[in-house]
Parts: sequence; C-alpha cells; structure tokens
Amino acid sequence: MTRWPMLLALLAVALVAPTVVYPVLLMTVLSFIVFACSFNLLLGYAGLLCFGHAMFFGGAAYVTGWFLKTTGASIEIGILVGGLSAAALGLLVGLVAVKRSGIQFAMITFAISQFVYFVLLQAPFTGGEDGLQRIPRTALLGVVDVSKSGSLYYVVLGFTVLAVLFFYRVVHSPFGEILKAIRDNEARVESLGFRPERFKLIAFVISAGMAGVAGGLKAVAFQIATLTDVSWTVSGEVILMTLLGGLGTLAGPMVGAVIIIGLNDFLSQFGEWSLISQGVIMLVVIIFLRRGVVGEIDAFLRRKKVAPAR
Amino acid sequence: MLSNLTPQLFFGQMLIGLINGSFYAMLSMGLAIIFGLMNVVNFAHGVQYMLGAFVAWLLLNMLGINYWGALVIAPIVVACLGLVMERLVLKPLQNLDHLYSLLATYSVALIVEGIVRQQYGSTGLPYQLPISGGINLGFMFMPWYRLWVVVFSLVTCLGTWLLIEHTKLGAYLRAANENPAIVESFGINVPRMVTLTYAFGVGLAALSGVLAAPIYQVSPSMGSSIMIVIFAVVVIGGMGSIIGAVATGYLLGLAEALTKVFYPQGANMVIFVVMILALVLRPRGIFTSSEAAR
Amino acid sequence: MSPEGATPLLKVENLQAWYAESKALHGMSFEVREGELLTLIGRNGAGKTTTLRSIMGIVRKRTGSIRFKGEELVGRRTYEIARKGIAYCPEERAIFGSLTVRENLTLPPVLQPGGMDDEALMDAFPNLRRRAGSGGTKLSGGEQQMLAIARILRTGSRFLLLDEPSEGLAPVIVKEIGELIQRLKAQGFTILLVEQNLRFARSVADRHVVVENGRVVDVLTAAQLDADMARVKSYLGV
Repeated sequence: MTRWPMLLALLAVALVAPTVVYPVLLMTVLSFIVFACSFNLLLGYAGLLCFGHAMFFGGAAYVTGWFLKTTGASIEIGILVGGLSAAALGLLVGLVAVKRSGIQFAMITFAISQFVYFVLLQAPFTGGEDGLQRIPRTALLGVVDVSKSGSLYYVVLGFTVLAVLFFYRVVHSPFGEILKAIRDNEARVESLGFRPERFKLIAFVISAGMAGVAGGLKAVAFQIATLTDVSWTVSGEVILMTLLGGLGTLAGPMVGAVIIIGLNDFLSQFGEWSLISQGVIMLVVIIFLRRGVVGEIDAFLRRKKVAPAR
Repeated sequence: MLSNLTPQLFFGQMLIGLINGSFYAMLSMGLAIIFGLMNVVNFAHGVQYMLGAFVAWLLLNMLGINYWGALVIAPIVVACLGLVMERLVLKPLQNLDHLYSLLATYSVALIVEGIVRQQYGSTGLPYQLPISGGINLGFMFMPWYRLWVVVFSLVTCLGTWLLIEHTKLGAYLRAANENPAIVESFGINVPRMVTLTYAFGVGLAALSGVLAAPIYQVSPSMGSSIMIVIFAVVVIGGMGSIIGAVATGYLLGLAEALTKVFYPQGANMVIFVVMILALVLRPRGIFTSSEAAR
Repeated sequence: MSPEGATPLLKVENLQAWYAESKALHGMSFEVREGELLTLIGRNGAGKTTTLRSIMGIVRKRTGSIRFKGEELVGRRTYEIARKGIAYCPEERAIFGSLTVRENLTLPPVLQPGGMDDEALMDAFPNLRRRAGSGGTKLSGGEQQMLAIARILRTGSRFLLLDEPSEGLAPVIVKEIGELIQRLKAQGFTILLVEQNLRFARSVADRHVVVENGRVVDVLTAAQLDADMARVKSYLGV
C-alpha cells in the first residue's frame, strides 16, 4: 500500500493550506470532495448515474441552515441533521428510482431533482430567489468558537477526512464488493440469491446522506444556502468532477473536485467561460479520457511496472 | 381565486396550455425519434430549440430575413450543426454505454448555452409577432399567431407520424429501430440514415424554436428550462412511441394550465407530480422499446 | 480444390474474427463455387454463424481475406457488401414486428437487376399474400422463415447466406423449405447454408464444410458424405 504515505502527505498539506489559500475557497473544495465521493459511490461502484445529486447537496444546505438558525444547536449537529435529511430524501427517491437502471435512472433522478428545486423555490423557509441567508456558525460541541473561517476550516477538514475514510470502508467492505458485482453483472448477483434492488437502495441512501453532509458543510462555510446549490448545473458539476478525476477510484473525485473548483474560481471573472469550459472538459473526458485523470495515471504506472518484466 | 374565475381567464389559460403543450409535443417527438434509432437521450435538444429561435433572431436582425424565411432557413442551419455534432461527438460513442452519449449531449448543451450567453447576455431578446391581431370568439380573444402555432404544430406532428408509420422511409426507420444490422444487410446505408435521422430530430427542435421566438423571449436559457419539463414528459409518456410522446406533450401542457387556474403555486410542479405518480403506479414499462430497458 | 480450375465465387482465406475481446474464428479457409450449394456443418458454437456474419460484415472485427468475385470484403461495411450481390437470412429470421408482412417483404431495395418483384414473390408465397396486412411477428414460425427468405430475393442478389432455415420447425415445413432451397438452386442461385440438421443438409447440398472451434476440419462432397456417415457423425458428436 503506497497510498497511505501519500494520503498522510496530503493531509499535512491540507493542515497548512489556509496560510496560502483563503479558507472559504478551501472549504468549498473540501465540501465538493465529500460530494464527489458520494457521487462516485453510486456511479463508480454501483453503476447508477444520478443526474440530480444536487437535490441532496442543496436540499441539505437548506436544512442545515434552517436548523442552525432556528435552534442554535451546535454546528456539528446542524451538519449531521442536513446529512440525515438528505438520506431520508434519498430513501424516498430511491424507492421510486432504483427499480430502473441506466438511462431511465438518470432521467428520473434528473426530473425528481427539478421537482425538489421547485418545491424549495416555493417553500416558506428557503427565502425564495434570495436564498437562506446569515446562517450562523454556532460553536463546535457547544463550546469551541468556530465563527472565523480560519478555525471553521478545521471542522470542515475533519468532516471531510471522516467522510473519505467512511467512503473507503464502505467500498472495501463485503457490501462494496456486492455493489461492484451488481454493477458488472446484475443477473448473476440475483441468481446468487441477493436482491440487487435492496443493495442499490442502501447505496443510494448512503450516497444521498454523504451528499447531504457535503451540503451542510457548504452551508456553514458560505453562511448561505441558495437555489443554485440545488440546480442541475451543480448536478452536472459533480458528474464532471467524478469523471474527470476517475470513476471508481478513491483519489479520482478528490482530484476532480480540486481541478473544477479551482477552475471555477479562476474563470468566475470571465463571465460564462466556466460553463463553457466545463462542457468542453466533460466532452474531452468522455471522448478521449474515459478512465479520468487518476485512472489514466494508474494505467500508465501499471504499464510501466509490467514492461520491465517482459 | 375561484370567485373571480371568468371564462376569459379560464380559456386564456387553456390556450397558453395548448401552446406550451404544442412545444412539449414537438420536442418530445423529436427526442423519441432520435432515441428510437440511436438509443441516445439527446440532452442538447433544448439548446437546439434555443438555437432555432436565435438563428431566426439573427436572420431578422443581421440579414433582414423575416419570420417566414426563418421558418425554413433556421431549422436547416441548425440541422446541419446537428449533422456535424452527430459525426464528431455521437459516432465515436455509439458502441459504448448509452450514458456516455447522454453526458456528451449534456456537455454540448453547456457549451452552446454558454457561448450564446457570452455573446448575447442572458436577458431575453424580443422577436416581433409576424401576424398581429386576432379574432374575438365571444368567450375569449384568440390571437392569430397563437392559432397559427397550434395548427402548425398539430400538422407537423401529424405529418411526422404519417411519414414514419405510412411511408417506405418510415418503414426503414421502424425496421432499423428494431434491428439495424439486418436492415444494413439489405444494402441500406444505415450509418447515413442514423446521421440524417438525428439531423431531422434536431431540425424539428429548431423549428419549434422559431415558432416559439415571437411568443417567449429569445433567451439563452429558454432551451434548458423547457428541457427540464421535456424530460419529465418523456419519462411519463415513454420514448417508445411517437404517438405516446405527442399525446403526453399536449395533455401535460393542458394539465399545467388547469393547475395554473386552480392552484397557481403548483403550476410548475404539476408535471413532476404526475411523473412521480406514474412511476409509483407503473413500476416498470414506462419505456415501451425493449432496448430502452438497458 | 476446384477441379474445373474456375475461380470460385467466394474465397475465404485464414479468416479470424472476434466478438468484443473473445476470438470466435481462428483461421477459416474454404471456397464456394458459382451455382453450388455448400453447407457449413458442425456443433453448436463451432463458428458457423460467425462465419456468415463475418462475410456479411455484421461482425466487424475480422482479419484474413474474404474475396467475392475477386473483390476483398474485409474492411467493408455491411451495406457495401450487400450491394455487391450477397444476401443474408439470419438464424433468428429477424422479422420486424412493427412492420406489416407486406412492409417486411418489400423492405429490401432492389440492388441488382433480376430481383423478384412484389407480385412474383406473393405468387411464389401465397401464404404471405393472404397475411399481407398483419403484423410481421404474428406469422407462424414457418411463415416467418418463408418471409425471411422471400424478402431477400427482392434484392436481386444471386448469392445467399442462409442460417439454419430448418431450425425449430415442424417436419412438414422443413420439407417445404428444403424444396424451396432446391428450387432456388435450380434457378442458379449460389447458396451457403449453415445447418445443424444433418439429414436436411444431406438432402440439399453439393458439398459440406465441417467446422470445429473456428476452423475448417474437413470438406466432403455429397457422395463422400453418403459413403462415410460415420466420419461426419464423429465430428458432430451424434
């Protein structure tokens, strides 16, 4: 396992990063890492393309914000409540959607997420077009003050590390193996006596919950939850991050999230170019680099390793 | 709300519903034709519709070509773009999982919408009504242009249906939907047929766009906002049959209008509610084509 | 191989073909002479159907050489191959359910002069005329097989690839199909027939090519087959 030293180095970089890059941007990257991991669990391991994952991300951002504003509970509770609410929504959506696969699943989740979008547009607590503003950064565990971005960053980092470890545990568990088997050959898994739909539903709920935690993190980082977080462009962004980084790899979605958020941040001053560049990158990835950045590097290293043996 | 419900208001809303339904019907019909032959869910259908409207606007403002000219020229121009896109983007992906082609058309939609936004801003551009005036039907006022849109779209849908169900060309298309390899073994150039079918579907979207230009504002986001609804329409009506797609389009346009009359807040949600109900009540079989089950 | 010294109509040399990553043909070589009826016989999965699909270009990944009237077919697309005068009737018959019987019959375009017109086909297959308006897949198995063969006669192609036309049909129908094939041969069609049914193959063919594991293992004339049934039965494992 050459991975662990690399991850530790990465963690070290993450710990000192706020001295170089402003923390809110870093927190955006981290929340999107969690979001992309959750998406990767579905597409990369269960073979399900959810084309509306923003409903969990953005929906939970509202719930976390509303919960913190009305109850003043400690911040980690707020984030977890966001995650749980997204998991509950995931259960409802999953019950309707997981019976289908492939293109049908993608279209259904897309349409349902638009429904969620319109519901949130009209719901009384969301602030409509203006969004839910001034979300408080309440104290961690009720005692530690994290109202400054510099300190909140470490809370977000902690959640991110836990989420990535959780993701790793899930995909390397027997449950994860069954998911991969379903992705590769659903009929065979069914003939072995498993019920693929049940496993897909569980994966969907886990993924939705994780996306919800990501949304909660974003809500406290920006102190605002908006309709943008629920929109189909964000659903598209998370697909792009995962594909660009590399489907079904641990590091892929992280790399993808870093690249896309960095690019968005850089291009935000040039009008519509971030949208255009996202489209171009996605197209290039789909036509030429279907393994993604990490997948291609992996394949390259493996070829290098194999070559001297021949 | 109900107390001040006048016939004028009611029929006015139903007319709007019928107009929206006309667009839903034409767009989902094009999607169904493309999906039937290629198994591609053409996410770019919305921007192709938007391009139809934009090209019409450009023709009017740059070259002085009026609406009637645009009605012919714009669909051809956009269909040619579709032709290029099929060759460059869809052909390389045709043997892969269909999710890739869905995402590729999605990417194209992002790029096209982004470029149009960059060039012309995100606010709508007005396009003048080509026919003004209308007729008082007693219970409501019917503008001529709206009548034209409803009739034209009905004729287009009917014509397309006849073309597919009752001509030799349509027989080729139906046969190739079932088994393209065998149709090709009869000496028919199926790859070219696929390209032309895609271009036809794209042209249909652009034609709807030209029709829509004088009714809605010509704006970069008009495509993606209608696409959101079309996806739900297609999930409800299925992509297996042309008739199904067209009928569902009109019905949902009217359902939307009815909701607007009786419960305005729910108007943009009703289609999605119907979709979710349909999914719950018909757990399988929303797509009739067997290939689509993949 | 060709005692008359004539160039064969179709010459297959070292044909290899793949389905996705798995190799199905490992170097097939055989030839078909003008006007003859040749069968490919062998066990299930030996590569007979793949051979037909490779000739037709439906299996695209193939190497080696397939020459038809001296022209190379490897690298050509299916519709180009069809236009050179080869017609293919698949094992699954591929009758289109969304088309009527008449539409099925008239679907293939006339590619060469000499194709039978609709009326002549309807005369030759009276059953089809009676059911012309009904859906293609509403026909019985035998009728569907007749339709599948009938429609490719429209193209005017004189070289027919027929994949197991007797499969799954009642003996009476099999006999009818056998007579039809013999009639076609008498009219000068060249036919490459894939068959599992040895009795059926014997009743119609001039020569037999035995296929095993994607290779040709033996070639027999009809007379040789009659003289040495034991040899062939050992190949087929019957």
